[in-house]
Amino acid sequence: MATMSKELVIIGGGPAGMSAAVAAYDAGIRDILILERDKSLGGILRQCIHNGFGLHRFGEELTGPEYAYRYELQVRERNIPVKLGTMVLDITPDKTVTAMNGEDGLFTIDAKAIILAMGCRERPKGALNIAGTRPAGIFTAGTAQRFVNMDGYMPGKKVVILGSGDIGLIMARRMTLEGAEVKAVCELMPYSGGLARNIEQCLNDFSIPLMLSHTVVEIHGKERVEGVTIAKVDENRRPIPETRQFIECDTLLLSVGLLPENELTKSANIGLDRITGGAVVDQNRSTELEGVFACGNVLHVHDLVDYVSEEADIAGRAAAEYIKGNTASGRSISLSTDGKVRYTVPQRISANENVTVYFRVADVYRDVRIVVRDKDRVIINKKKQKVAPGEMETVTLTREMIESVAGDNLSFSIEK
Amino acid sequence: MYDVVIIGAGVVGGMVARTLAKYDMKICIVDKESDVAMGATRANSAIVHAGFDAAEGSMKARMNVRGSQMMESVCRELGVKYKRNQSLVVGFENERSEVEAIYKRGLANGVEGLSIVEKDELHTLEPNLNPDLTVALLAKTGAIVCPYELCLAAVGNAMDNGAALELDFEVCGIEKADSVYTVKALDGREIKAKYVINSAGVYSDEIAAMTGDADFTVKPRRGEYMLLDKECGGFTTRTIFHTPTKMGKGILVSPTVDGNLLLGPTATDIEDKEDTSTTAEGFATIFAKASDNVSNIPFNKVITSFCGLRATGSVGDFIIKERDGVITLGGIESPGLSSAPAIAEYVEQLLADKGALGEKKADFIATRRPMHYYRELTMDEKNAIIKKDPAYGRIVCRCEGITEGEVVEALTVNPAARDIDGVKRRTRSGMGRCQGGFCSPTVVELIARERGIPFESVTKFGKGSIVNYGKTKGDM
Repeated sequence: MATMSKELVIIGGGPAGMSAAVAAYDAGIRDILILERDKSLGGILRQCIHNGFGLHRFGEELTGPEYAYRYELQVRERNIPVKLGTMVLDITPDKTVTAMNGEDGLFTIDAKAIILAMGCRERPKGALNIAGTRPAGIFTAGTAQRFVNMDGYMPGKKVVILGSGDIGLIMARRMTLEGAEVKAVCELMPYSGGLARNIEQCLNDFSIPLMLSHTVVEIHGKERVEGVTIAKVDENRRPIPETRQFIECDTLLLSVGLLPENELTKSANIGLDRITGGAVVDQNRSTELEGVFACGNVLHVHDLVDYVSEEADIAGRAAAEYIKGNTASGRSISLSTDGKVRYTVPQRISANENVTVYFRVADVYRDVRIVVRDKDRVIINKKKQKVAPGEMETVTLTREMIESVAGDNLSFSIEK
Repeated sequence: MYDVVIIGAGVVGGMVARTLAKYDMKICIVDKESDVAMGATRANSAIVHAGFDAAEGSMKARMNVRGSQMMESVCRELGVKYKRNQSLVVGFENERSEVEAIYKRGLANGVEGLSIVEKDELHTLEPNLNPDLTVALLAKTGAIVCPYELCLAAVGNAMDNGAALELDFEVCGIEKADSVYTVKALDGREIKAKYVINSAGVYSDEIAAMTGDADFTVKPRRGEYMLLDKECGGFTTRTIFHTPTKMGKGILVSPTVDGNLLLGPTATDIEDKEDTSTTAEGFATIFAKASDNVSNIPFNKVITSFCGLRATGSVGDFIIKERDGVITLGGIESPGLSSAPAIAEYVEQLLADKGALGEKKADFIATRRPMHYYRELTMDEKNAIIKKDPAYGRIVCRCEGITEGEVVEALTVNPAARDIDGVKRRTRSGMGRCQGGFCSPTVVELIARERGIPFESVTKFGKGSIVNYGKTKGDM
């Protein structure tokens, strides 16, 4: 079995992996290898043919493939080596990567540094415990998107969508444009998990009803889906029996959450954050295992790819510095949350420098303040008209603020 | 013209076919579904019971004890995963007498390796048990096996030895003329054979009626299950039963041979022999009853739920008999999986008594390559295969690590898969955490390619279970 060594191995050739590779290259690293499981670079962006990508990064609206292509060109221009169709099977704590493809077979790479950029996957139906039959016609929104946009086939004609995550909203519009009838989008929560602009452009513009506090309680049909029974849920998210109603459909799409794909992270014994499902990282996106970095949706689920690229740049530059032997540290500040702030990324800060902290909130809150405290001392007090779980929030801690922290913790909270 | 037609390609029919395939006989297996193992075999507890449940002297007890003894070697020959993980029938203090009664019944049935385990030892054996449980019956011969894997391997081995398989063959009539039976399918196909073996599960009464036997009826008993992620597979080492009731052995908690944790089944008598839907009540029952036995089960790790129908016969025991060239294997409910090798052996003897078995084949192939052989290979062995066929280096299912080469095998090796679920049962692609989200489009593509059918004709499990309706506007 072939063995090689590389200074930097990047696992995943989607927007995070490509951006991290370019950033590491531009910081002086040349011995890089990107391992991508699909047949081409781009990751999930390849099937996201709608526009709206790149507003922050490029100042224009691009489609997913266009956004990905811009990064692919940057990778190609730099001649950064890529192995396509290559699945990474294991990472050990001493940074040996085992991978496989059709040309090389199984091989291992001893890496000086690794960037984890494996992305995320959709939460499947099984986890939802929906009663009823198990016919054909139940897909995650992303699988349906792949059938429609990549394979050119229609997986349904009359559609109900459970969950109002962004892919579900995008697919409501996409299926409608392809001639399907989208009868409803049911959302268990009293608010949508998707971006406000997607609700406007994908549902409202097409008069597709968004049924908040509703869920699918039963699936009907023996061979193909013939309908679903939906019901309103009470404040404890329990279905209210008298509100049950049958909707005839042949397809149920699920957009009920994205889960960072961290099997490899676990195989390397890297600690995960219980809330994000991704690794615990510092401001460099350095995991608890020295020399292993993580960025993009494998770390926490982003709503804009522009932020993925931004985060990947940080990881790419930090990996380059690590390879060059520059490991800055000096501080160890943990970031804690009050529950209304569900999580932060990074979860800790290890140097005195400007740090942008990304976070999500647990519920919809109006007219609140985002407060960051060092013990009792308020460092940041930022007013917001509205915060919602579907929209990622950020605050920037300046170098001066971090230098001024007396304790070893900064607390993040949402207050009136 | 066949010597034997076997109606029903479940684990019983499959084991019978495999056993008879040793002889110089022409065998045909028919099933109304588009794959084998689609009835009770597809969805059950996947347990090889030790044999202490059934009443002393019953056919169930006899077949179970013998089947349990045979199972390990049968699995070894057929390359099927089998694990003697032991089982425990646990009880609270007020159930002590019942546990002891089961122990005595087990001894009477001839089950080996039984012992009563007291509280301290019990909780040392299984630290996650409900701390209030005080007594248990430990069965050292209790084991687990994958039922559809066993069925696939048995049918595959029978086919490797010349047996025919007719799928989507829904029997609508059986006629006899000049000592030859004609078995007719709804679509007009006909199979002629000297002997008919009825292993039709929940439909075994209806098949029996077609041969003029109205001695028994079969009612479906619904059993719902939940399957937990592989990270929970070690939650218990042994199969945990509670002291049984007349409706069955209660809700069990058991690891599976593939490393998941299985909870179930519920037990509800229903009328519809096709109704394998799950219910909110069933989920609630499983949560409550499983928690009686095992504490802190991580219910948030459920990856799928499903429902199977046990063929509960009207006479309270297996109905195994021969009359006028028709061998009835009726009402084979639990412990049917455990009993399958013994039932097959019994059928072999019935036919031998009638002088119906041919000569033993000199070229009988007794063994079958394990379905999951590839994943057990060393890296160097895999590389040798990938060098010859790069498809074995291309991962299709990332959760379970299944390659294109393995999917193609599933579509070509006896009995060849024809649809997505068929590929899934043979390779485990789509059985992991994402439940087919990523791999199903690729699997559809491979099915279309290997079977030479259009992309939109690929189904989930045959008949009308189509996945795509046709091309998008852009391609029109």
